[in-house]
Amino acid sequence: MQLRESATFDRHAIAAIQRAADTGAYRIRGWGAKRPLPHFDDLLFLGASMSRYPLEGYRERCGTDVVLGGRHGATPLRLEVPVTIAGMSFGALSAPAKEALGRGASAVGTSTTTGDGGMTPEEREHSTSLIYQYLPSRYGMNPDDLRRADAIEVVLGQGAKPGGGGMLLGQKISDRVAAMRTLPTGIDQRSPSRHPDWTGPDDLAIKIEELREATDRRTPVFVKIGASRPYYDTALAVKAGADAVVLDGMQGGTAATQEVFIEHVGIPTLAAIRPAVDALEELGVHREVQLVVSGGVRTGADVAKAIALGADAVSVGTAALIALGDNHPRYAADYERLGSAPGYYEDFQDGRDPAGITTQDPELTGRLDPVEGGRRVANYLRVLTMEAQTIARACGKSHLHHLEPEDLVALTVEAAAMARVPLAGTGWIPGAL
Amino acid sequence: MDVVTTTAVTVDLAARPVRDLNAALHAPDPAPRWRVVNPAGAHNVAVGVDAPVAVQIDGPVGYYCAGMNQRADVLVRGNAGTGLAENIMSGSVRITGSASQSVAASGCGGLVVVDGDTGARCGIALRGADVVVGGSVGHMSAFMAQAGRIVVCGDAGHSLGDSIYEARLYVRGAVASLGTDCVEKPMLGEHLAELAGLLTWAGRDEDPAAFRRYGSARRLYHFDSANHTAY
Repeated sequence: MQLRESATFDRHAIAAIQRAADTGAYRIRGWGAKRPLPHFDDLLFLGASMSRYPLEGYRERCGTDVVLGGRHGATPLRLEVPVTIAGMSFGALSAPAKEALGRGASAVGTSTTTGDGGMTPEEREHSTSLIYQYLPSRYGMNPDDLRRADAIEVVLGQGAKPGGGGMLLGQKISDRVAAMRTLPTGIDQRSPSRHPDWTGPDDLAIKIEELREATDRRTPVFVKIGASRPYYDTALAVKAGADAVVLDGMQGGTAATQEVFIEHVGIPTLAAIRPAVDALEELGVHREVQLVVSGGVRTGADVAKAIALGADAVSVGTAALIALGDNHPRYAADYERLGSAPGYYEDFQDGRDPAGITTQDPELTGRLDPVEGGRRVANYLRVLTMEAQTIARACGKSHLHHLEPEDLVALTVEAAAMARVPLAGTGWIPGAL
Repeated sequence: MDVVTTTAVTVDLAARPVRDLNAALHAPDPAPRWRVVNPAGAHNVAVGVDAPVAVQIDGPVGYYCAGMNQRADVLVRGNAGTGLAENIMSGSVRITGSASQSVAASGCGGLVVVDGDTGARCGIALRGADVVVGGSVGHMSAFMAQAGRIVVCGDAGHSLGDSIYEARLYVRGAVASLGTDCVEKPMLGEHLAELAGLLTWAGRDEDPAAFRRYGSARRLYHFDSANHTAY
């Protein structure tokens, strides 16, 4: 008899039901969405040929710099490459990991970002450009750090859980993490999903003004949204006074979130970019209010595709952790002991990360050398940039920002509809009027 | 607590923008005493001050007055909008009237005194500041309050102290309802002494013995499937 697996009740679904019945608890995990989703892989670039002239790959310049946040007269971030490090908290990550990200970003002239838990001295010291997240929890928020930041990012949500608050389980609430967050050591921390002192875009406009006043209007203010209604959220963020909008798609990473949230809330990054760009264009501020896109960016091709669709820059989170050493085969034996394997490890919530990245265990964090980690992150960021340049030159562009939707086609009907580029080999854009 | 003297620098917000006032207060070695007139509900008055100055504001203010205050003593002779003294770090903020919602939200230190009433979410996410309210507070006050103390001389609205961590609450009047995981706790001698100190600090004369104490039952500090109906 031939065995047949149910498409509806597949092995994952059966295991989830059995786990729920065994434990009475829902699954909390890290990483990000693992289900198949329309993504940048579903797009292709149209390299130059008879009707387009390519640039010489190793001779002609292709610019990569980007300026973020100058709209209202603040001192903007001037980045050499349009790939930034996404917000990740000390607490979710170890102190060496935060330092390494700062070192790597600084080495290539880009920025890194704090997270839900405040700013550590290590990351400030080693980050040339540091963005300070201003979150609903306000954990660690203080005006001294606010003034030390190069930009402020008001976080409304993240792609892995738009509408949800942060979470950090007790095994990662070390004495230092607890002190920074003013919480008892070892508790399961749940962050609020709403800010404590404003509701809605009209309030946000006043809040942004407060942040500008507190920093004497020197510091740009970004607004980060989890991708769910990107057109309206982007428009309202601009209306509220954002200097830049950070848009995080559902493939964006998380250190700890309910699996049902990760896999079932929000929309893919690919589907989110064009509506956000629509909002910026309709308000006449595309490229004036910069759009930073994150959520599943892995390669220079992803960077180039996001920019071609209208982003000014991208952020990497999960990919940066992989560059640091996450899921590396050298920890295969450790992963096996945890019931996982290189390439599958997702238990960032657990605090036992063999790579020393998503843990507060001193023995494990000691495995991560921040200098070597920084070197690896810098290497990765350079490769992303060179890959994106390779594609841009092939499309005849002397700057990454010259890439445009016209350079792209889609491999699937779904991707064509979401990215609003033609299905490859046709002139058909599903849904286009 | 009136700070007005002949040496105070007067800023008329009918004639100058809030930006000018805040810039002057942020300047190195600002004058020790300031008087702000005609605020007319302006937002973000005296925000981000980090200096040992006394600021008296004669009239109503809008959102976030004295937000992120450090070391300054701010007196508002009037009412205040949302987020009075949000994220206060040190110093003191007092208003003679009433305040809207989210008084001292996420405040870390210092003292906030509201002589009148407050709206909802007074002391939300409090992280170490002390709040004394002469009147009553609205619903969801002390929501997720982590540390610090809140004294309510009047009544408290629904869901007081919902999901509270380690903040301590003292209420003299009626509590409409307690939020999730907030319980009444015994009023011991140490609490009476603490409360007496807070009332004195705030310049109030209520009898500490007339108050009841509330805080966290600490039943929700660890995720437990048995808590699925608690929220």
